[in-house]
Amino acid sequence: MDALYPRAAISMVEILERLGHRVLCPDALVCCGQPAFNSGYWDQARAVAQPVLESLQDAEAIVIGSGSCGAMLKIFYPQLFDKTPQKEMACGVAARTWEFSSFLVDKLGVTDLGAAFPHRVTFHDGCHGLRELGLKQPPRTLLRSVQGLELLEMKEAETCCGFGGAFSAKFPMISSAMGDVKCHSALETGAEYMVSNDSSCLMHLQGLLSRQGKSLKTMHLAEVLNCVKKN
Amino acid sequence: MSFASEFRNRARVVASNLRHRQIIRTALGNYETARDRRKATYQDWQGARQLAAETKWEAINHLDHYLLDFSTRLEARGTKVHWASNASQAREIILAIVQEKQARSVIKSKAMTAEEIHLNEALEKAGLKVVESDLGELIVQLRRETPYHIVFPSMHLTREEISALFEKELGSAPTLDPEELTMIARRVLRGKYLTADIGITGGNFAVAETGMVSITENEGNARLTAALPKTMITLLGIEKIIPRLDDLALFLPMLATMGAGQALTGYNTLYGGPRQPGELDGPEEWHVVLLDNHRTELLADGEQRDALHCIRCGACLNVCPIFRNVGGHTYGTTYSGPIGSVITPHLRGLQDWKHLSGASSLCGACTETCPVKIDLHHHLLQNRRNAAQERPDNLEEAAFGVFGWLTRRPAAWKTVRFILQKIQPLTRQFQKKPWHPAKPWTQTRDLPVIPSESFRDWWKNRPKTSKHD
Amino acid sequence: MTEKGQILNRIRLALKTNAPRPGHPAPAQVKNPGGSHHPPSPGEPRNWLPKVGESVEEHRTLFARNAAELKADFHWLDSLEDARKLLNDMASREVWQKVATHAGECTSPLCSTLPCKVLTLSPGYDRNELESCNAGISECDFLVAQTGTVALTNQSAGGRALSVLPPHHIVLARKHQLLADLPAAFAGLRQKYGDNFPTMISLITGPSRTGDIERILVLGAHGPKKLTILAF
Ligand code: SF4
Repeated sequence: MDALYPRAAISMVEILERLGHRVLCPDALVCCGQPAFNSGYWDQARAVAQPVLESLQDAEAIVIGSGSCGAMLKIFYPQLFDKTPQKEMACGVAARTWEFSSFLVDKLGVTDLGAAFPHRVTFHDGCHGLRELGLKQPPRTLLRSVQGLELLEMKEAETCCGFGGAFSAKFPMISSAMGDVKCHSALETGAEYMVSNDSSCLMHLQGLLSRQGKSLKTMHLAEVLNCVKKN
Repeated sequence: MSFASEFRNRARVVASNLRHRQIIRTALGNYETARDRRKATYQDWQGARQLAAETKWEAINHLDHYLLDFSTRLEARGTKVHWASNASQAREIILAIVQEKQARSVIKSKAMTAEEIHLNEALEKAGLKVVESDLGELIVQLRRETPYHIVFPSMHLTREEISALFEKELGSAPTLDPEELTMIARRVLRGKYLTADIGITGGNFAVAETGMVSITENEGNARLTAALPKTMITLLGIEKIIPRLDDLALFLPMLATMGAGQALTGYNTLYGGPRQPGELDGPEEWHVVLLDNHRTELLADGEQRDALHCIRCGACLNVCPIFRNVGGHTYGTTYSGPIGSVITPHLRGLQDWKHLSGASSLCGACTETCPVKIDLHHHLLQNRRNAAQERPDNLEEAAFGVFGWLTRRPAAWKTVRFILQKIQPLTRQFQKKPWHPAKPWTQTRDLPVIPSESFRDWWKNRPKTSKHD
Repeated sequence: MTEKGQILNRIRLALKTNAPRPGHPAPAQVKNPGGSHHPPSPGEPRNWLPKVGESVEEHRTLFARNAAELKADFHWLDSLEDARKLLNDMASREVWQKVATHAGECTSPLCSTLPCKVLTLSPGYDRNELESCNAGISECDFLVAQTGTVALTNQSAGGRALSVLPPHHIVLARKHQLLADLPAAFAGLRQKYGDNFPTMISLITGPSRTGDIERILVLGAHGPKKLTILAF
């Protein structure tokens, strides 16, 4: 997100600050360790995750703009650090971790951020956000209160887009076929934007769409919510 | 060629086959509607899942007790119970029965365990004529294929293909009417039922309490297989156990709902023995073969033991985007889809079959749908971990090492990002070239553009006043 | 050691490692049944399964709705005589040459007046003759409203083949045999047979069917194409 999708991260910070929160971004936060974890290299994953854990010790709430990394911290850190001295720390972090949309809706009770985005939008559920964290409603609640935004549900909203981290490179044909199914379903809705709370899915989907010369654009949820009404 | 590269090659072909994608989509479209409608009739589907999972947990975690109970009760009514540690023992047991009976023909109803031990090949080698009686199984048998799906064996075929197949193999007139095609098979099989010496079935549940095998089917072919031949053989995996008869009141409707979107499958039949004195018909002898074949190894893995709860409903295959895009035959296994990817490494070797656990985006649709709540996608993750621990791939291990090192050194991380950002625009024009270093990605997808300002740059450079402190 | 012993040993060894219980919060511990046999189910399926209503009238309506959806013919009749009339009409309409049945409280009086040949099965019957019959007429144990199911056994319904070999299966039931749901059906079977279950119990839900060709429903795959249920 830092390198590839700075706009999404910036939007998150701006939104949170507008809501009066103090945002910190420790230098050690680079990667949650999911790539190594998912490939089975748990030792290497722990090496990446350890500094993350330590730097998050003082945070009251940890807000993450990707359902996938969110699930890593919230669901998988306790497993990864099971039977290690950091177990307790990992559980603590897990308990304080929120995916961005869920933080706004479930923790802060905010649904209307005063954004305006007069476009037709379809929402892609990142699988980790949807199934590991169970977040079907929060992003939709937020989108519904965006002025001018028309939310069009696609048939395959809950179907995996096929990114899956290293999977997308190890099995590119399967991954792309899955992405095709997804894009097809999104295009069927006639939406102009496909929005998601997971930037990695968007990278994969945007890659497919640009290659195929489709005009459908992808955008992170935070960016949409940060399109503030001019008044 | 390794199993992994075979898988990769087949997957590449099928995943880009739009016709295949369409056939599977259409076939599963009706299923999805029916399944969802059925699920909605339950007072509480999640409660049903939880109870089913707990009941299977109880059975599997006391497997020795319930198996003994099951076999004792069967034997009390004259059933011969055989125990087979592996596939070859199971084949030998069945061949010995067949030879003792001097049988010449066998009628079989659908049994995935029989596929697992390659029973048909063994019987045919011994000179027997084996006929599959389930319509889907008959179709794939005539095509000399393995079942495409554990519940819908012939779902990858169109009526045109089936008509051509019947014309060639059964000498019937071509027709595109599914009903007529079904009647052709019915006519052909009728004679076989009446004359077969041996009937072989699988089973869906083994009821410990009453010593009964429950068989679920829609066509009535298993009913006939268990009614007409003089000798009946039933092959069961040891994990089929459930504790009580009444547990079926839950499992049968759940299996039907998730298997095919039905309230209850056409025939659910419990068999408790061979023909008893005073009974009108039925086999004179019934042999039940209990098969281990590496199931006890899976049982020993506490983390993944729940994979033995599987009731083979096929629901996880139906929702799996990998299965839907690569198809059932690509796996090269008896059990395909998520459950196949989880258990095959246990049944046939982790290193040979770990690629199936890798071939997943871990989306979790399988776990969400499984009626007995098997933690399928997390088991794929555990298989990956176990495989890497047992035999790490040096290149991958090193790559993650370097990556980890980078993430702990923000300055180095920044430099790498900077270099990539600078060279990326130059490489864009080569994106579609086969030698592109990121080819697996760029063959079908554009690379994302790396913006010049990263989030961290922005964070550092923004005016202090906008911060809240 | 026998293969049986070896398998059981491997199981016992494997079970020394504990496996997590499904879901959370963890339910009460189910203790190892040991010699005491079958502990009660950890839950009551009735709480989760589809609702069935309380009254006979509700059950009848539900059964009728399920039967219609399954493409089974269901008739709720006033008396045995009505059933007789219906059967005789069917026999002439469908030009039955011969039907098969078994000796029974309902089958015997009703089949004796049929305008066609009747094969009453007895041990050692000729299966080819059974196969050539236009219909098989049997009794049953219960009708299950929840799923539109006929529950029968080889004892109540004339053996294993009568209800599947002929192309049309006709089920005769008394009205009191209609039960609410599957748990009731299993309880009923227990009560009726005690420890001495017949060797086949079949839950028949609709006529024989298949979807193996393009997932399109076709009736009469191997078993009967038609299922008619008469309750009186
Ligand atoms: S794993 Fe679950 S969903 Fe898959 S076949 Fe088995 S019971 Fe069905």
